[in-house]
Amino acid sequence: MSIFVDSNTRVIVQGITGNQGTFHTRQMLDYGTKIVAGVTPGKEGQDVFGVPVFDTVHAAVKATGADASVIYVPPKFAADAILEAADAGVRLIVCITEGIPVLDMAAVKQYLATKKSRLIGPNCPGIITPGQCKIGIMPGYIHRPGHVGIISRSGTLTYEAVKQLSDRGIGQSTVIGIGGDPIRGTGFIDALKAFEADPDTWAVVMNGEIGGSGEEEAARFIATEMTKPVAAFIGGQSAPAGKRMGHAGAIIAGGKGTASGKIAALKQAGVEVAMTPDLIGQALVDAVKKCGIEIS
Amino acid sequence: MKIHEYQAKQLLAQYSVPVAPGKVCTTPEEVRLSASEFCGGGNKCVVKAQIHSGGRGKAGGVKLAASPQQAFEIATSMLGSTLYTHQTGPEGRVVHKVLVTTAVSVRREFYLSITADNENAALVIVASADGGTEIEETAKTHPERIVQIPLSPVMGFKRYQAIRTARALGLAGPLEKELTSILSALSRLYVDKDCSLVEINPLVETDEGHLLCLDAKVNFDDNALFRHPEIVALRDVDEEDPREYRASQSDLSYVSLDGDIGCLVNGAGLAMATMDIIKGFGGAPANFLDVGGSATAEKVKAAFEIILSDTRVKAIFVNIFGGIMKCDIIAAGVVSAASELGLNVPLVVRLEGTNVDEGRRILSESGLNVIEASDMADGARKAVRAAKEARA
Repeated sequence: MSIFVDSNTRVIVQGITGNQGTFHTRQMLDYGTKIVAGVTPGKEGQDVFGVPVFDTVHAAVKATGADASVIYVPPKFAADAILEAADAGVRLIVCITEGIPVLDMAAVKQYLATKKSRLIGPNCPGIITPGQCKIGIMPGYIHRPGHVGIISRSGTLTYEAVKQLSDRGIGQSTVIGIGGDPIRGTGFIDALKAFEADPDTWAVVMNGEIGGSGEEEAARFIATEMTKPVAAFIGGQSAPAGKRMGHAGAIIAGGKGTASGKIAALKQAGVEVAMTPDLIGQALVDAVKKCGIEIS
Repeated sequence: MKIHEYQAKQLLAQYSVPVAPGKVCTTPEEVRLSASEFCGGGNKCVVKAQIHSGGRGKAGGVKLAASPQQAFEIATSMLGSTLYTHQTGPEGRVVHKVLVTTAVSVRREFYLSITADNENAALVIVASADGGTEIEETAKTHPERIVQIPLSPVMGFKRYQAIRTARALGLAGPLEKELTSILSALSRLYVDKDCSLVEINPLVETDEGHLLCLDAKVNFDDNALFRHPEIVALRDVDEEDPREYRASQSDLSYVSLDGDIGCLVNGAGLAMATMDIIKGFGGAPANFLDVGGSATAEKVKAAFEIILSDTRVKAIFVNIFGGIMKCDIIAAGVVSAASELGLNVPLVVRLEGTNVDEGRRILSESGLNVIEASDMADGARKAVRAAKEARA
């Protein structure tokens, strides 16, 4: 078991003929992901590593029965790509693209509220269920199948957490990067809810960072709804207020979104918080030990 | 992206928002000439320093003049001077331009803005009857005096929102009508130009009983600048940290901080975490620098140039978790940058991920004096120690 993706997930690559799209299609195929179609307007009839290319997501879904899509198109066209996938009824849309205008995402978010599609991202590394399905840009080889779910706002920091677990012989059920933008699809609570319901996930690691209030809301959810142990790290403890730290969402503004506020809320909710990023793996081990579970 | 007050007022005027007339000047002579239009014979004018910062009034950047000669004298001392506000930091900002504008007698001052409410994927109108320079204080001590009214960027501005805002500000009759057209203009401007903030503070009721914008601030979503060349043209590079500007030209995400350990990291989250761990070991990061997920050797070199141009830097910590980015490419970039630019501070490198062995081999065979780190904590510890030794 896992959440959102598994070995049966059938994936479309939007922007498959672009540099990024082609490169990552190769990586995902090599990992064993079922890539069934690609979409690039004007290139229908071509193929990329044997994957057929269509002009529209609608045509790709109709021909292949795909239920997930990953988006590698430039920021100018990315919001359009998300809307198209949702309109074609794709169940899971993963948007890797960084730099989408905020107002574009505001409109996308309103439209998605009327649809059943789930969006992961944008500006994220994607989602992986180790050994089954990798959708995104993460290095597959650092993962190993297991029972820890990981949710993270950052890409490379997710890899850091994965490696710290894998090095200890602790595998992962599903790893999700929810992205660094202020307006995003799947949030911490959506993922926590799914991990709580997944019998194969026994514990969760959550990587947050400064800005927004997602971590504080997650803390309230963990306190009231989660039975599984949770460990967390919050990046940006040393970041000054008013400066945007790379991610569009990572900014302390008006005294809100500070690391100390988020850490306090998580600790209050019983979460094991790693105070430095090298201790994420250890925090998970400690959280699990407190609950008396064997995990590796 | 930020723009100056005079540019914000020009934009507002294009949307028919009433703004106090004024002229932007770069020399005291220009100021004297412009002031002759606005002051003299009992009428006063205001000379306002144009820098990208709030708190200009308290810092001496806003002054009243009774005559063109007095405006000339004020401008003479203001132009070229450095202003220090709570937003500029200790380095302050040099005044290159001033705005000369009419002095207005006011009955009441209001605060009015539209900004992003990202948690709800929407916008919000923020309004207060306590406008002026103390608005930040009001937000802390009397948050109930500030109203927030949700606004959908998709649906646009609606009449009921105008009525709610007018009631909150205590406006009725003709003033309510004026407020409605101002709000409608602000929301159109916000969406048309992909703003992240449109703020009028203060919005005043004049002695003649009309609403008028006395000061304005407009910020833009950097991600949307590609579709607004007319906004990009308003960019004033003098107002930006020179290293941050250079980084943006190379598509690097860089923020200047006040420590002495230069950081070069891939990924924003890992870059923040790297700053945290350096602090955790008793050091201080000189910068946040994210080279991005698809850095090339050229980008790595540009990043090194920017870090090395900061004379406070006593040690450099390169922390890379190569996912899709390959460690050998990073290593080659580090070697070519270090040998071309002449590395004069200790360099600590932590490489992990794709092609890590090849990356480590390139570093060790380069002949460069690289301090290798086995993991993130090891690297941070070594960088902190190296910086400490360099300081001693």
